[in-house]
Amino acid sequence: MSQYKLVTCRINGKERSAMVDVRASLADMLRNEYSLTSVKKGCEVGECGACAVIIDGECYNSCIYLAIWADGKEIETVEGLVGPDGELSDLQQAFVEETAIQCGFCTPGFLMEAECFLRRGEIYTDEELRKLLSGHLCRCTGYDNILRAVKKTMLQRNQ
Amino acid sequence: MYDIGTVYEPKTVEEAVRMRCEHPQAVIIAGGSDVLIKIREGKLAGADLISIFGLDELRGVHMEEDGTLVIGSLTSFAHITADPLIREHIGVLGEAVDMVGGPQIRAIGTIGGNTCNGVTSADSASTLFAWDAIIELTGPEGIRRMPIRDFYLSAGKVDLREGELQTSIRIPRKAWEGYKGFYIKYGMRRAMEIATTGCSVNVKLSEDKKTLEDLRIAFGVAGPVPRRAESTENTFRGQALTASLPGEIGKAVLADVQPRDSWRASKDLRLHLCSTMAERAFREAVSRSGGEL
Repeated sequence: MSQYKLVTCRINGKERSAMVDVRASLADMLRNEYSLTSVKKGCEVGECGACAVIIDGECYNSCIYLAIWADGKEIETVEGLVGPDGELSDLQQAFVEETAIQCGFCTPGFLMEAECFLRRGEIYTDEELRKLLSGHLCRCTGYDNILRAVKKTMLQRNQ
Repeated sequence: MYDIGTVYEPKTVEEAVRMRCEHPQAVIIAGGSDVLIKIREGKLAGADLISIFGLDELRGVHMEEDGTLVIGSLTSFAHITADPLIREHIGVLGEAVDMVGGPQIRAIGTIGGNTCNGVTSADSASTLFAWDAIIELTGPEGIRRMPIRDFYLSAGKVDLREGELQTSIRIPRKAWEGYKGFYIKYGMRRAMEIATTGCSVNVKLSEDKKTLEDLRIAFGVAGPVPRRAESTENTFRGQALTASLPGEIGKAVLADVQPRDSWRASKDLRLHLCSTMAERAFREAVSRSGGEL
């Protein structure tokens, strides 16, 4: 017997509602109901960080977050970072410039994590940045370019 | 999609207790970073869930009039680390839970879940043992409180009875006032890792900082459940601070621990870790208390 629940939340600034299977993860809901395919399914057990999204100002792995918990929450994905004409955000642009992307599968998770903590407006040391980014796995870049891109954006925003 | 049966969503603690009584087979899900993984692995496939995630009344930290620190069981690790009361009075707990998993796990993982799943490696558990924490459970007959060491029955099993849920973790004033602590987690990597062994030490020094008035040493993964090094504590309580004390404590704790071989580490490595970590954590705790060795 399937069990459904009406889940109403704000996604990238827009009020959205859908009847959602209670067995769905938030990653399932964002991808299947709203076609927000920047939310990647990597490990689906909360280890790789590819599915990370911002919920009420904190970054979570949406694969281990039940969709029904999103009711009443404010959710942000990479689709919400771009400008009205699809312009890349400063953080995304920095990822391009620093070659912080190769296959791109981990990129949305890194972007949302970094966007989340950069909004606090603080300057972090490299060691602190490494810890802040430590919940994301990348098989391509070796992390250094990602760290550089995040650091560059942090310094630009806090000039 | 998860292989879940029925999901019950209580709106209050009272309703959660009622649902626990009505559906004794259902598993409580708090943040889900253990339960959902077990469902994915198949260990809990098809389980009915009582989701207490929405019970915001169980979130946050406050201090009661008598100085008892009360941590709501659903408070996330990230919120514990950032909480001003925790930072001021029991900072080492915030530091310990800041070593759990990675940032996103610390955003969703709860201290109640970390203690209720009964595992010996939980980063919060050894530190809560060192703080003489009291576990508060709410059930059909009302509230039950017990020291955390009585809450842990055996590996993976805690004293959570039918109809009950853990509602808070309490640290009385006499347990925190005047104490400073230090936690060491040993793992193969620094993030997304479970402790090979963990050690949490609290000390209270005399006013002139020359005497060790009290010490509490707790270990994770030095036995089937987190444990205190009681005989060591009894031996060294009241002793004068001397340069040889940390080393002596490091040797003494070997009589208090019973680690085993596992795929993660050998018994011998864990014994070495227990000894070395107790020595180092004690040294740091004394230094934080303003003492000199």
